[in-house]
Amino acid sequence: MTDISLVPVLIPSDPVPAASVRSQSREVFLPAHSRGVTRFGALRHRFHWPLGIYTTPLLIVVLWEILGRVGVLPPTYAPTPTEIAGTAVQLWQDGSLGPDLAISLQRAGIGLAIGLSVGIVTGVLGGFLRRGEYLFNGVAQILNTIPLLAVLPLMIVWFGIDELTKVLLIAFGAGVPMYLNLFAAIRNVDQRLIEMARTTGASTFRIVTRVLVPGALPGFLVGLRFSLAYSVLGLVAAETVNANHGLGFLVTQAQTYLQTNQVFVGLVIYSILGLIADQFVRILERVLLRWRPSYEAV
Amino acid sequence: MTSPAATPRLQTGVLAEQVVRRFGDRTVLDHLDLRIEDEELVVLLGPSGCGKSTLLRLLAGLDRPDEGRIEVPAKRAVVFQGDRLLPWQRVLRNVTLGLRGPDADQRARKALADVHLAGREKAWPKQLSGGEAQRVALARALVAEPELVLLDEPFAALDAITRLRMHDLVRELRRNHHAAMLLVTHDVDEAIALADRIVVMSNGRIGDTHRVDLSTADRAVSVAREQLRAALLVDLGLAGQH
Repeated sequence: MTDISLVPVLIPSDPVPAASVRSQSREVFLPAHSRGVTRFGALRHRFHWPLGIYTTPLLIVVLWEILGRVGVLPPTYAPTPTEIAGTAVQLWQDGSLGPDLAISLQRAGIGLAIGLSVGIVTGVLGGFLRRGEYLFNGVAQILNTIPLLAVLPLMIVWFGIDELTKVLLIAFGAGVPMYLNLFAAIRNVDQRLIEMARTTGASTFRIVTRVLVPGALPGFLVGLRFSLAYSVLGLVAAETVNANHGLGFLVTQAQTYLQTNQVFVGLVIYSILGLIADQFVRILERVLLRWRPSYEAV
Repeated sequence: MTSPAATPRLQTGVLAEQVVRRFGDRTVLDHLDLRIEDEELVVLLGPSGCGKSTLLRLLAGLDRPDEGRIEVPAKRAVVFQGDRLLPWQRVLRNVTLGLRGPDADQRARKALADVHLAGREKAWPKQLSGGEAQRVALARALVAEPELVLLDEPFAALDAITRLRMHDLVRELRRNHHAAMLLVTHDVDEAIALADRIVVMSNGRIGDTHRVDLSTADRAVSVAREQLRAALLVDLGLAGQH
């Protein structure tokens, strides 16, 4: 059996030796640690992405600082990171940054709570019930195509320029992606697993809690990621309208007086909020989706 | 429930009478009759696409017949071709899926021990080999002490050695679990290894029936085995090709 060879039969007069007819490319696999540890290798290992995903942002900040110090970047356009940090500390000590941040977080929190509640309740109803799908899906698909920022003027007309508009805008940003992702996640749970669960005699409650909910969890977390990102976006948009507190107010005011430092402080805080939100979902995924055999990038 | 057709006629086993199942204008099951006695293991043999799985789904209650009448025990379980384990639950919780009551974990542990998987309760399905996963699926089916077990080509995806081990396991399990079994397969050797009775399906009906009264050793090597095998190949229209 194993004697069957794919090597072409050699004609005696052929001057080419058999070995060179065969492809010479071969691979040898050894344990990962058995490669000789050179000094460069050890060094590389030690400095191999020491900060994980934060390595690239940190490098950019360092480069930015150097360019600012050298004078390539004019301070009025882009103050150096240390200047921005200094401004942030100063604003904090003034007592103007703390309350602004608190009020922004409060708006984001309330908006998220409303948006996620509505998104999850409608998503679950739409996912589980045919009637729920008919009731919510059309509206959600329409809302999904409307840009968040385009709703803002309408909301101002309807709900005024007070807190309500800001909170509702954030809720809108968070609710729609949650509904869409949760609905799709529930509908995409493997039909064969549901069928199997029915044959074991499991109750409907069991099937929901042990098959549908865990099966929909990956999609739910995708929805949560989008919701958190859009809520920060909604926060920024909402706070540029008639705010007299909050981060957006800080940024708009700084813009008026050409205080680029303060504008950057606001932007940095927004980006940190986004980063924290992403890390939060990442941790949830690591804990809740341990069962998933997922691709480990090299 | 009060109509006479819905009243059960038997106390045990399976009864299928004049069952018709159509998909569009294709009649897959054409007035099929089948009877399985209590504690009997019937192997349903046939080429792929002959309607074996369709019949099994009807007996499982996953589909309804277009005509005819099917009567099965309410306590029944299915072992599918794939293991169909819930990837997000550990092995033990996969087995307790259909169980109720405070002793569910205990019974699941015993069922896992029966399929020689004691100590693997906490494993995730992704950590199991194909044979192990299919054994968990067997444990999940048997844990509720069903009166009918339907097996839909349960070992088709396993390698030859693992499949032989699974055959031994099925024989062993039959000593402790008293259930009628219907095993669907296209593997003649598997049919001979396990069956009390082999029924061959053709043209949407049960064709020939062979009662198998051989010892385990005779099922492996004997003249009777070879005669049975030859007869089955004739029934399947494969005579002369093997």
